[in-house]
Amino acid sequence: MKKAFLHFLTFSLLLFHIPVSAALRVFACEPEWGALAAELGGPAVNVYTATTGLQDPHLVEARPSLIAQMRRTDLVVCTGGDLEQGWLPLLFQQAGNSRVQPGGPGYFEAAAFVTLLEVPSRLDRAEGDIHAMGNPHLHLDPRNIALVAAGLAKRLAQIDSVNAVHYQARHDDFSRRWTQAMRRWEQQGAPLKGLAIVTQHKSWSYLNNWLGLRDIATLEPKPGVPPSSAYLSQVLAQLRQRPAKMIIRAAYQDVRPSRWLSERANIPAVELPYTVGGSDQARDLFGLFDDTLARLLKAAQ
Amino acid sequence: MIKKQFAAIGMVAVLSQSVIAEEAVKQEMADEMRRPWQTQRPIVTSSAFNPAVSLILYGTYSRFTKNYHEEIHGFAPAADAHGATREGLSLQGSELVVSSNIDDKFYGLIIVRLEDDKTKVEEAFFQTLALPQGLTLKGGRFLSGIGYLNEQHPHFWDFVDIALPYRAMLGGNYGDDGVQLRWVAPAPLFVEAGAEVLRGENFPAGGAAKRGAGARSVFVNLGDDVGASHSWRAGVARLEADAQGRVFEDDAHNQYSFTGKAPLNIANFVWKWAPLRNPAVTNFKFQAEYFQRDENGKYTFGAPAQEVNYGPRQSGWYAQAVYQFMPRWRVGARYDELKGGTPPMELADTLLDAEGHKPRRASMMVDFSNSAFSRLRVQFSHNQTAPKDANEVYLQYIMSLGAHGAHKF
Repeated sequence: MKKAFLHFLTFSLLLFHIPVSAALRVFACEPEWGALAAELGGPAVNVYTATTGLQDPHLVEARPSLIAQMRRTDLVVCTGGDLEQGWLPLLFQQAGNSRVQPGGPGYFEAAAFVTLLEVPSRLDRAEGDIHAMGNPHLHLDPRNIALVAAGLAKRLAQIDSVNAVHYQARHDDFSRRWTQAMRRWEQQGAPLKGLAIVTQHKSWSYLNNWLGLRDIATLEPKPGVPPSSAYLSQVLAQLRQRPAKMIIRAAYQDVRPSRWLSERANIPAVELPYTVGGSDQARDLFGLFDDTLARLLKAAQ
Repeated sequence: MIKKQFAAIGMVAVLSQSVIAEEAVKQEMADEMRRPWQTQRPIVTSSAFNPAVSLILYGTYSRFTKNYHEEIHGFAPAADAHGATREGLSLQGSELVVSSNIDDKFYGLIIVRLEDDKTKVEEAFFQTLALPQGLTLKGGRFLSGIGYLNEQHPHFWDFVDIALPYRAMLGGNYGDDGVQLRWVAPAPLFVEAGAEVLRGENFPAGGAAKRGAGARSVFVNLGDDVGASHSWRAGVARLEADAQGRVFEDDAHNQYSFTGKAPLNIANFVWKWAPLRNPAVTNFKFQAEYFQRDENGKYTFGAPAQEVNYGPRQSGWYAQAVYQFMPRWRVGARYDELKGGTPPMELADTLLDAEGHKPRRASMMVDFSNSAFSRLRVQFSHNQTAPKDANEVYLQYIMSLGAHGAHKF
């Protein structure tokens, strides 16, 4: 009864609360954080997403249009963990926007709220373009999304204190729906536990960790080094010894290496949305995980 | 970043010391992965590593046909130009880059060029991070914001050498001691305007005129995206440099000294394409710049010294296209051309006299980048900068150690 009342309260707050003042401008580095900011901010925020689901988040250019957007923003929401180090520092330096410099409240970093996996014990570029702070592709574990959402809701309320109640209410609502969805996904994903897969880049470690998928080979010989045909042949030979169930690649990744291997190893190559906008179904964060699970389950059959 | 490297070195040392330690680290990592997901770490960015250090190594092997001339006929060479290359196996000079946020209000960077007999501070500046209204102030020694290529260091060039207008009219790139104020408009279209006051020591200025404020510049850049795959930047700039006794020496060791004004106008345009903004597999870049200058002053030369008025109208342009046709591989083509103008009679047959010749060059290059940190390149140029044609072949490597270099658009 009490719970129902709380839900009612949340809903009425959502319906009747009209945000005060002009919309807060949010600059999201990646689509997942753009989608999260939109979930938590609703009409109180105006979200600009700097990259799309079809872009490689490692290879983004500090384009003039991004500088123009950075100049006008009130809050920057990024993954952090060095994922954006090739372009974000330039935007900070060039846009002349003192409100969003790192270290201040206008810069929000998702990596600060979760424990990063695969923190290298050896920092050697011979190991490829490794991220010193750990694997930054952290959004593919929905538990991380929940952690980041709590942090982001607090930050929104801090920056835009007039609308603090509004953000709190939206976060409560999101958190409730997210917990439900997570329960559903975990049930759906149960058959995937222990499944051996091949990935194109180490972008799936958090998904694997959550669903219990076993990543037994990577198509990139080293992180950030594109697959060569010689290396793919090695992977193929390895798969003949230790077979995998499927090959996973992100929508933004080159289709050819996984297709090549798929044809020869005779296992399906699955394109996953990777982030919001990576497929037609992945329109928001819920759609992202719905679609990811649907595609994995279909390929696992 | 240096901390990070020390940490890495430390870690490696620990690992090599004992296998037990290695096991402990492994165990710790495994524990880390099992740990519940609620720990909150402090915010970490690359700028938290104080400071970021990178070292750029590059070298070439070049082969020229016998008519090769370093000088460009009709244009006074800069005393300390880089842009031309020595024949044979050669280190082109290594660059050490150290940069960091100094605190919440300032950012700083130094780039030192290391050569056999000298060390040259290419850039050393601070830049504000916290000025209001989209303003940024830079002070120290820096490459001027004029043009597109001027701010780029050689390791980011798409060809072994810089385009002819830069070599002839800016001695490579123009950098000097000074201050720069930049403003970005609060608009959806990228609009940037900047102004600089510089010492005026380096080519095309000289002698630090006006009590060490001998060069001024203004620039305006615009840019935007077009559709889901294209973006562009276009700009105009003007540099007004005062030259006071700017000297060059020809092959016969005759000295020519110029005193006067060297105003230069630049228009530049860059167009980039990457399918759905994803440059990983294929991408394309086109850029073109137009230079026009009216040096106006007096040349003093010869023995006994004679003085002549000098004021030809000179111009130049280049256009280049670089295409990444598959991951790691790029091809590029460039054409550059100069128009020397006519010097006074007294300077006929000197290096300043193009003798009616139009310096021009066509280049082709192919490069291979194993990762974002290494690049190998081969370039072929057909050079007509002097009245007799020459062919040039270059093999080049560019390697960067350390921090990720972030590059401007």
